[in-house]
Amino acid sequence: MEIILALLKVFGVLIGAVLAAAVLTWYERRMLGLWQDRLGPNRVWFFGIGIVVADMLKMFFKDDWIPPFADKPIFVMAPAIMLGSIWMAFAVVPFAPGIHVIDLNVGLLFFMGMSSMAVYGVLLGGLSSNSKFALIGGLRSAAQMVSYEVFMGLSLMGVVMITGSFSLVKIVEAQGDLWFVVTQFLGFIVFMIAGIAESHRLPFDLPEAEQELVQGFHTEYSGMSFGMYMVGEYMGVVLVSVFITTIFFGGWLGPDFLAWTGIAWLSTVTDFFWFAVKAAFFISFFVLLRAAMPRPRYDQLMSLGWKIMLPLTLLNLVVTGYVLLMQT
Amino acid sequence: MELILFYLAAAISLGTTLMAITRTNAAHALIYFIISLLASAVIFFLVGAPFAAVLEVIVYAGAIMVLFVFVIMMLNLGEAGQRQEQAWLSLSAWIVPAILAAILLAEMVLVLSSSETPIPAQSVTPKQVGESLFGPYILAVEIASMLLLAGLVGAYHLGRRYLEETREDEGE
Repeated sequence: MEIILALLKVFGVLIGAVLAAAVLTWYERRMLGLWQDRLGPNRVWFFGIGIVVADMLKMFFKDDWIPPFADKPIFVMAPAIMLGSIWMAFAVVPFAPGIHVIDLNVGLLFFMGMSSMAVYGVLLGGLSSNSKFALIGGLRSAAQMVSYEVFMGLSLMGVVMITGSFSLVKIVEAQGDLWFVVTQFLGFIVFMIAGIAESHRLPFDLPEAEQELVQGFHTEYSGMSFGMYMVGEYMGVVLVSVFITTIFFGGWLGPDFLAWTGIAWLSTVTDFFWFAVKAAFFISFFVLLRAAMPRPRYDQLMSLGWKIMLPLTLLNLVVTGYVLLMQT
Repeated sequence: MELILFYLAAAISLGTTLMAITRTNAAHALIYFIISLLASAVIFFLVGAPFAAVLEVIVYAGAIMVLFVFVIMMLNLGEAGQRQEQAWLSLSAWIVPAILAAILLAEMVLVLSSSETPIPAQSVTPKQVGESLFGPYILAVEIASMLLLAGLVGAYHLGRRYLEETREDEGE
């Protein structure tokens, strides 16, 4: 029974993450349409959600062409590395009390490790394509992701200092009185911006800036291997939103509005409901950013990171440490 | 169960390290080396040091190796680099390192065979690591931070000189 339950959780998280990413491809286009005063895909099924199925069928039946000048084994492997490592990171997310694959006592660091593994998907894809656009896209993404990883990690350390643990379940439980977005506001801002850069979404999608680099690191990819990059990117958006929710917005915490029924398992449902609502809010925010923001220049992106974000995070760390020491 | 996983991870680690040394294509060698680092992270995890395991993934596999791949992309050596590597990997070049490594291996086997080293039952929490780092090993942390500061100052110096030169060029 326990094994079945564990397997159910594992596959539930795996499939749930892909489903969320698939629905997001439709949701994003509809929302972009709304905010940019046009329609977006609205033909297939209710509100056009059937476009996801149509897109998937198209992607599967497209010719998966490997360029003859590419480094074949790495070329094939690279999208799988990106998708796999982002998928792995979902393992430590607590969706509701007891609903998580594993509660590692280094959960937060596991997330950091997996997101730094995802860099290789982009990097090796760019390297193995053996074409100039892909190479430059890969180089840019390497520099961008490695530098933003630094602030991403440091911005979370304030939360870890207050909680006294890297475990995500403990981090959520520590927010019972007050969400960390209040006490760690600087950390939240930095993590948010670093998260956008880490999942290389617009406005920070310089690795794949169309005007200069065609499609950046995945210029040479087609068919399902391109599809894996695309699904990986959308899963990255879901992942960052889920982590913002867990770390700064109290995860599953929220009023238990079904308590009057007296059924025990319904409280888990409401917990998951609050988690999903908060995560959906941040996913929508990501889409809104894409609809509204222009793309910065590459050197602007790097200097924003090292000259503004890094001092801000260090300041946040020092102040948090000082306040914590004063309290004890 | 844990023993099987340990030997599996150890075998992968050894195999990939061997491949990393013998590959002539730099990118392939690096990928093998990354897998080797990940395998040693698994070993750390199995012997009850999850914190060290995750740091191995973040720092070694996730940051340092990315920089190596970065450099390879910048140089973009291609065929010429592969031929050069092939020339360097001649049989005669193997002799001295092989003898030295064999001596080390013999020493290690001797030490390990005389002592019992079971897998510890309890795992080391991040808190314990922090306490010992800033307790008995504080000197090592301080020295490491000074080394990092020296590296930072050096990098700044190199970048600064380059910037000033380009500015002068533009002014003329």
